Amino acid sequence: MAAETQPADRRLLEVKDLRKLFPFSRGLIRRVRGEVKAVDGVSFHVNEGETLGLVGETGCGKTTTARCVIRAIDPTSGQVLFRTQDGPVVDMAALQGGHLRAVRREMQMIFQDPFSSLNPRMTLFDLVSEPLYNYRVGNRREREDRVAELLRLVGLRPEFMRRFPHAFSGGQRQRIGIARALALNPRLILADEPVSALDVSVQAQVLNLLKGLQAQLGLTYLFVAHDLSVVRHISNRVVVMYVGKVVESAPTRRLFTAPKHPYTEALLSAVPVADPRARAQRIVLRGDAPNPADPPTGCYFHPRCSYAADVCRTDTPVPREISPGHVVACHRAQDLELKGVHQLGASKHDGS
Amino acid sequence: MQQTHTASSRAAPEAPPALLSVRDLATHFPVDEGNVVAVDGVSFDLYEGQTLGIVGESGCGKSVTALSIMMALSRPGRIVKGEILYRPRGQDPGPDEVIDLAALKPDGKEMRAIRGAEIGYIFQEPMTAFSPVHTVGNQLIEAIRLHRDVDGKEAKSLAIELLRQVEVPLAEQRLDAYSWELSGGLRQRVMIATVMASNPRVLIADEPTTALDVTTQAQILDLMRSLQQQSGMAIIMITHDLGVIAEMADYVAVMYLGKVVENAPVDDIFHAPKHPYTKALLRSIPKITEAEEELATIAGTVPHAYSRPEGCLFHPRCPEFMAGTCDARTPPPLPVSPGHHVSCFLYGDGG
Repeated sequence: MAAETQPADRRLLEVKDLRKLFPFSRGLIRRVRGEVKAVDGVSFHVNEGETLGLVGETGCGKTTTARCVIRAIDPTSGQVLFRTQDGPVVDMAALQGGHLRAVRREMQMIFQDPFSSLNPRMTLFDLVSEPLYNYRVGNRREREDRVAELLRLVGLRPEFMRRFPHAFSGGQRQRIGIARALALNPRLILADEPVSALDVSVQAQVLNLLKGLQAQLGLTYLFVAHDLSVVRHISNRVVVMYVGKVVESAPTRRLFTAPKHPYTEALLSAVPVADPRARAQRIVLRGDAPNPADPPTGCYFHPRCSYAADVCRTDTPVPREISPGHVVACHRAQDLELKGVHQLGASKHDGS
Repeated sequence: MQQTHTASSRAAPEAPPALLSVRDLATHFPVDEGNVVAVDGVSFDLYEGQTLGIVGESGCGKSVTALSIMMALSRPGRIVKGEILYRPRGQDPGPDEVIDLAALKPDGKEMRAIRGAEIGYIFQEPMTAFSPVHTVGNQLIEAIRLHRDVDGKEAKSLAIELLRQVEVPLAEQRLDAYSWELSGGLRQRVMIATVMASNPRVLIADEPTTALDVTTQAQILDLMRSLQQQSGMAIIMITHDLGVIAEMADYVAVMYLGKVVENAPVDDIFHAPKHPYTKALLRSIPKITEAEEELATIAGTVPHAYSRPEGCLFHPRCPEFMAGTCDARTPPPLPVSPGHHVSCFLYGDGG
């Protein structure tokens, strides 16, 4: 595991108070009746060369956050500060046109489903060289050399260049998607559930590849996932989201062993551990996450939280740094003794 | 398959005979490009009140095994060999009073009396299992009236009772909801209620929580366990998730390319795995309790359905491959400890 805090924290990306509201309308004249706060004041940063895991359940806003960062969609408000290769820090959220295009080339996305994210009518060469073509990099000859190099980099044979994606397995397709993302030498990779559609043995191959590429190319990852075991494996730091807000962020080991937010504790507790001797009493949350169009008052988690006090029903908790690098949005963060993975499900015999 | 027959005697001597015994089941899909061997000589036993976990990666035949038991294979799939011996409900029949489901007509009266009534089935994606144009209440009531002799009013109150049993909040109001109005977790609960309507003795759950979030998954697994405790039904839990297997199963069958390569009590699978594939699978999963530098992987990829390897199906990827043995003959299931069988030449005399 890489050091969890680097000596010189060089922030590559800093997201400040990001919001994305989706208005919805109802009725005959389609009047706007409210808005879904998909991302509701999210702040975090990613240091150069590290992996930040962004976790949470369906509808928590993690994918919307990533899409706002890369400006696939426009955020409603907030800043997305990105330090460009040449040095200056730019606000991705405010850039337009050619400036946006020039900066966006430094960040690329890897998608979840390798079956639907690759155009079946394009060959591997077309797929991997498309970003190069879009940015007018090199001539055809040079692009071919680059594609061959990229395919080798992700563990595919350059001879496959003329084939179509249907000839490849899920894991191989994900490698094609990674090669395509790397074509323009990006510095930040946004990976949205890159291994959740894969079988476990293939998942392990792709995770190892991503880690290897990071070390080799000095990449920075924003890794969006719901699988906490995968996130623990790949991330240096983790941000946990719930109904559009960040509830906790901390260095990986700290978050997993000493969580400070009751939602994080419940999330960790819910993960089935691959050890029948570790069948523990789980914290089973009641009900579902609230509708982001009509969230509860106070802390959004209070209706499901077994530690909720009066203040939680009325006041929205403010994120506070309770120890270096560990930020929690919970009124009771200081006085709760929550359980980490080792008290929850870990078996005692592995000595950890 | 003689070895696996003795497997049924591993339960305590006074234990009842197996509720369901699958023997040397083979299911093929003859298509234009060739014959796809989806299930290739699978045998296992299922006991009342217990959960059998079937685990394996995509294409290992775990779902086709389940569909074969339900006699619900889609064309051109057909059972070419083997028996599915089911001990039906009734006046406590002796061990000899069994029905071979594989010999029944898939859409015949006898099979229809068993499918859905005695053997229930839960799908992975509850969204596709419901009709979007009928309320879930109507679909639940339909299921109740299909299996129980009750009038509409009784069926409705039974439906509400069932929804309460699966812990659906505001059960009465939910009857009027459409499936697409419900969250994934609620939809899976309603699905389970629909299956429980007939009070099945065997529940086949095919990746029942794969599409759900972890906290919802924990709720659904909890529910399945408590329903099993109340009703004593046997569960076949099909999943690719070793965590879910560790959590739920009493005993486990590991499948690879249509064969059970290892079956054992759950503790053996995780703490004394024997088959190189089982071991590799366990090593390849990231663990939430520790941070490992690199994950172990399995060399190569799963072979294509039309080009199955000779001998042991795992030999081209196996780290312990023995030339001249593994690529020449098919390893038979070998007992290694009580209730634990492994199909691998590393064990026994190998010759």
